Amino acid sequence: MAMNNVGRPSAPIAHEAAAPTTFSGARGLLQPTSLIFETGSIERTGVDLPPTKGLKARLSGLARQTSTGNPGLSEPEAMRHYVRLSQRNYAIDLGMFPLGSCTMKHNARLNEKMARLPGFADVHPLQPVSTVQGALGVMEQLSHWLITLTGMKGVALSPKAGAHGELCGMLAIHAALDAAGQSHRRRVLVPESAHGTNPATAVQCGFVVDEIKAAKDGRVDLDDLKTKLGEDVAGIMLTNPNTCGLFERDIRTIADLIHGSGGYFYCDGANFNAIAGRVRPGDLGVDAMHINLHKTFSTPHGGGGPGSGPTVLSDALAPFAPVPYVIKLADGKLDLVEHEDDSDGQPFGRMVAFHGQMGMYSRALTYMLSHGADGIKQASEDAVLNANYVQACLKDHMSVAFDGVCMHEALFDDAWLEGTGVSTLDFAKAMIDEGYHPMTMYFPLVVHGAMLIEPTESESKASLDAFIASMSGLALAAKSGDTARFTGAPYHAPVKRLDETRAARKPILKWAAPITPAQIAAE
Amino acid sequence: MRYLPHSTQDREQMLAKVGVSSVEDLFVDVPELARLDGPIHGLPLAQGELEVERWMQELSDASISAGSVPFFCGAGAYRHHVPATVDHLIQRSEFLTTYTPYQPEMAQGTVQTLFEFQSQVAGLLACDVANASMYDGSTACAEAVVMAARVTKRTKIVFSGGLHPHYRRAARTLAKHSGLEIAGLPIAVNDEAAVLQSVDDTTACVVVQCPNVFGTLTDFTELAKAVQAKGALLIAVFTEAVAFGLIKPPGEMGADIVVGEGQSIGNSLNFGGPYVGLFATKEKYMRQMPGRLAGETVDADGNRGFVLTLSTREQHIRRDKATSNICTNSGLCALAFTIHMTLLGDKGLKHLAQLNHEAACETADAVSSIKGVELVSPNFFNEFAVRLPSNAAQAVEAMAAQNVLGGVPYSRLRPEPGFDNMLLIAATETTTAKDIATLTDTLKKVI
Repeated sequence: MAMNNVGRPSAPIAHEAAAPTTFSGARGLLQPTSLIFETGSIERTGVDLPPTKGLKARLSGLARQTSTGNPGLSEPEAMRHYVRLSQRNYAIDLGMFPLGSCTMKHNARLNEKMARLPGFADVHPLQPVSTVQGALGVMEQLSHWLITLTGMKGVALSPKAGAHGELCGMLAIHAALDAAGQSHRRRVLVPESAHGTNPATAVQCGFVVDEIKAAKDGRVDLDDLKTKLGEDVAGIMLTNPNTCGLFERDIRTIADLIHGSGGYFYCDGANFNAIAGRVRPGDLGVDAMHINLHKTFSTPHGGGGPGSGPTVLSDALAPFAPVPYVIKLADGKLDLVEHEDDSDGQPFGRMVAFHGQMGMYSRALTYMLSHGADGIKQASEDAVLNANYVQACLKDHMSVAFDGVCMHEALFDDAWLEGTGVSTLDFAKAMIDEGYHPMTMYFPLVVHGAMLIEPTESESKASLDAFIASMSGLALAAKSGDTARFTGAPYHAPVKRLDETRAARKPILKWAAPITPAQIAAE
Repeated sequence: MRYLPHSTQDREQMLAKVGVSSVEDLFVDVPELARLDGPIHGLPLAQGELEVERWMQELSDASISAGSVPFFCGAGAYRHHVPATVDHLIQRSEFLTTYTPYQPEMAQGTVQTLFEFQSQVAGLLACDVANASMYDGSTACAEAVVMAARVTKRTKIVFSGGLHPHYRRAARTLAKHSGLEIAGLPIAVNDEAAVLQSVDDTTACVVVQCPNVFGTLTDFTELAKAVQAKGALLIAVFTEAVAFGLIKPPGEMGADIVVGEGQSIGNSLNFGGPYVGLFATKEKYMRQMPGRLAGETVDADGNRGFVLTLSTREQHIRRDKATSNICTNSGLCALAFTIHMTLLGDKGLKHLAQLNHEAACETADAVSSIKGVELVSPNFFNEFAVRLPSNAAQAVEAMAAQNVLGGVPYSRLRPEPGFDNMLLIAATETTTAKDIATLTDTLKKVI
């Protein structure tokens, strides 16, 4: 049916003028947006509910007399509001998202479907255990996979995110030291390249942080480490592969040194996706390691959570795992240990109200079952290959921070931008115009103007080649003095560069009705 | 393997460009003794969608889902109806498969919804400011306790006897390592105000709950004044966010920090997670808050936009001096919350809350009409406690055997002498007259 343009064929006509601003505020397919507080109404609702019965309230006079001030939208209005907003987001499903250290890999929709099965999604955390055997089965199977992949003794599933997993591991170390009469050990060694969560976690557990220097090759400076060992050292928090995207080749030595001085080895498992299925952290001397299910096992990042940070533990630390945890009874039925007094071990406590992130467990388990031991290994290898390919193709255009092969992410510094008038930030903003989410910038701190690129295994060679071509083009533009392309970027995003300084100086953290001319007149 | 795009030829070409002969050469830094010769033993190999789906379905079938039976469990997690629009929208690629909005120019969808979320939460709880969410209610409570110690520079924490025992345990786990001293009051159905007697000049905060774990409602207005007069903060906890469609919000009672569980709005039971912790406070404590914050600003053209802000509180800037080690929020659950809240609006929320209250009133009348069953909550919103003539955990097991999920025995949360017969029963808009009749009949038979 071509009735709309019969006799009026459309053909492009060349125009000289710049694109006019529109009367609607739209830019073609990009629709204008507003806040729900501007379009909604206190009287409107998008939910039809059965009538109330007018029963006498039993609130002892505590009935709410005020409005929440929250407007409602009808269902079509709400749908349009959120769909329009969604179109102002970039996403993995749109294009490559090479945010280093964040592992933005494909999120399979089978995982979403499985997480919504009623035996996992529509069960209450305090139903009798006899009625939640399916949900407990997911937890038991996930534990089996995590323990087998890491070569560790036990796993605490309940931590709600990576940083929460760090807390779990460090609290287990704290408890183990206390139990051994080693409560004077309160100093934790943290490399200066570490994620900010590491020192923050250590402090939250009552430890003090002592920084270890990075060596010239981007790894832990062994000599500095040796001088920091001592009677008061509780342990080390080390990311491996580290935040420079490098495998700590002296990791066994580091583990031996720490153990030899009476401390524990916490490994930040944020980068486990580089080695999963190929290397077992248990073989490296690790005592505790959190695993970000939202990175390695592709549970969706959701715009900033929910995450999930199960923490695997060595023989020495497993008895101190927090409650609750799943056990298998003699008859094959699964049970939960929910109270510290009911435990055979010495749990350091409880971290959350219930059992952790069930919705993430079922997604991660689905990922594991789909990939299998062979697929997980292949995924790690492809992730490492992709990062090395990007590094090899860009090394002549940008300055690689450290020589040699990398693991799952390639790290560049800003030496190559010197004298161009373009900063790492400007370069990142120009990538937005190219249709890519920028890499992680200014992290790790040990590299000046860091640019950390993690392609993940989900990218095809064609996708990587397109990215490399775009990055090379930008690099040449920066060096040839096309500064405005960077300093004014982004030009093609839904908004221009945003003023973050202003947001922090006078914080506006919630909507407030604009002051009307009548109110001003009345004052 | 359907998720991995490379062909063997692709891999070979890429290895050649890197300048190595095999993928093994990329793992040269791994110590010899830790190198494996093939896929890890003891795990199955890759499977297709059909096989995986069949396996997971079989596992799911081993649970009794809440929607398939008369259902009355609460105690911190509640079964509500979630509109189909909510689950559709949160599965849009642009929301589901994006990251924390570190590059706000390409994440306005996420940051604006967080800004709207914060505004809705502040309105719901009647507080000055709310953050962009926490992991869940219990971790929000733990962070509030640590924040109160930071604000007051004091060390003693007082928990009421009506605080959810798991919240108490989770807060204790975090607080004890921060050098804080915990004073937990005896379990009490209706004595939230007793916390005042334990306040001294070392007290950082008191933690009370409304509705409390027994469903009891308390007005904290006078308590808040008294606690603040002694230089401590009042932390008000809740586990059922729908309540504030009907009952006086903690902000109006003068609470300094309000924390709780937002699962009830937009989110499924999910066996306890992921959920969405709500965290709100007074403006003067804004810079002491943990967690992410979205704020309004302008772009280079002067147009309105939104960014994450006040990040100098956070670990990636402050490292060991951060307000918390928290590095994420509960983004997608917060999105579900805000979409559901937008569909409800003030009017719908109040209506929904009224339906919940009425369902609980009818359930309480029916259950307490059973001989030997005593309603112990003096007032309530959608959850109440009853004392059975026999052990509540056994009664719940016996009801489950007859496909009725009849509530949560208090002993499940915390074994406590004298509370073995206490049963917590919740009703929501999903509860039908038939469910109530079945519960009553079944409970009668098992006690």
